[in-house]
Amino acid sequence: MADGTQHHDDRPEKPADEAALSARLKRLDERLGQTRPGELPDSGAPASSTMDSSAFARGFRLSTELIGGVIVGGGLGWLADSWLGTKPWAFIVLLMLGFVGGVLNVMRSAGLAPPAGQAGQEQQEKTDRD
Amino acid sequence: MEDPIHQFQIENLFTIGHIGPYEIAFTNSAAFMLATVLVICALLLLFTRKDGLVPGRMQSLAELSYEFMAKTVRDSAGTEGMKFFPFIFSLFMFILVSNLLGSVPYGFTISSHIIITVAMALFVFLTVIFYGFYKNGPRFLKLFVPSGIPIYILPLVSAIEVLSFFSRPVSHSVRLFANMLAGHITMKVFASFITMLGAIGLVGWFGAVLPFGLIVALTGLEILVAVLQAYVFAILTCIYLNDALHPGH
Repeated sequence: MADGTQHHDDRPEKPADEAALSARLKRLDERLGQTRPGELPDSGAPASSTMDSSAFARGFRLSTELIGGVIVGGGLGWLADSWLGTKPWAFIVLLMLGFVGGVLNVMRSAGLAPPAGQAGQEQQEKTDRD
Repeated sequence: MEDPIHQFQIENLFTIGHIGPYEIAFTNSAAFMLATVLVICALLLLFTRKDGLVPGRMQSLAELSYEFMAKTVRDSAGTEGMKFFPFIFSLFMFILVSNLLGSVPYGFTISSHIIITVAMALFVFLTVIFYGFYKNGPRFLKLFVPSGIPIYILPLVSAIEVLSFFSRPVSHSVRLFANMLAGHITMKVFASFITMLGAIGLVGWFGAVLPFGLIVALTGLEILVAVLQAYVFAILTCIYLNDALHPGH
């Protein structure tokens, strides 16, 4: 938001020159790659991300991820039970799976796990955008 | 004590008509939605009409919001994601302006009702599913099958991935809704402390300075939260749409 002036003077070339755009994106990626490894591996959480302006917002963000997983797992299990007539079992299994899914979501949004559909070793080159 | 929930009351302003047994009413929520849209249109259409080479104050506000969102979409969903830019920009501006209008005294915060945020989150969710299948066909399902997983635990991992995928609209909608609801209730509660302390007498007046200072700080925080949550909603939309554009990478 703050780089209004810088953005302004490279505007005319934007539609015309796709190569320059991809070059700029690559440069951005490189810069991101430079800053990320320093703060990500051991400190665990990138504290200076734009999204989590405060610890409260960050904690709230992660807790909704977990609660969302549990609620969806439990809800789907309950629905499956009432359709299939397998009273407690689908609920129990899907609630647990939902819990695991919620933990996975928490780890993803904290940048500790690779995004969906990616293997673990690709984590470094394709940094988490969250 | 003033009822802190009362500000979220839906009131019928007038009735538009009936569909079957259901009344279609123009509520205060609808009025604020309309006001939001009008404010956005005024900002984006009226103030950019002059089309000055050197933008004026309002024009540069409109241009800044456009360029900021365009950069966000490009960064998190790639250049291909720009075909969803109108959608994401509309969502962002709608949430941002409605949150800011809700912070005005006597205002009504649209996104403090979960039905609104769920509707927007489900819209995004269904867009991801439909566009993902439309563009990638069955390859979209690779999202749920991470590569390099041994075959014997693959069903379990896929089930977890599917549940994690389905829990997205929940956290997507609850985050915006709960942030706005909690913030506005907090403000109302602290504001009612002022009047309660003020009713005690002279000692209370001095005591009321404390919640008054707090509410000044909270108002600033609320505006920050209003902007931040609109941004978070938009960037999560980008990240989810990115899965539809490039599943499995």
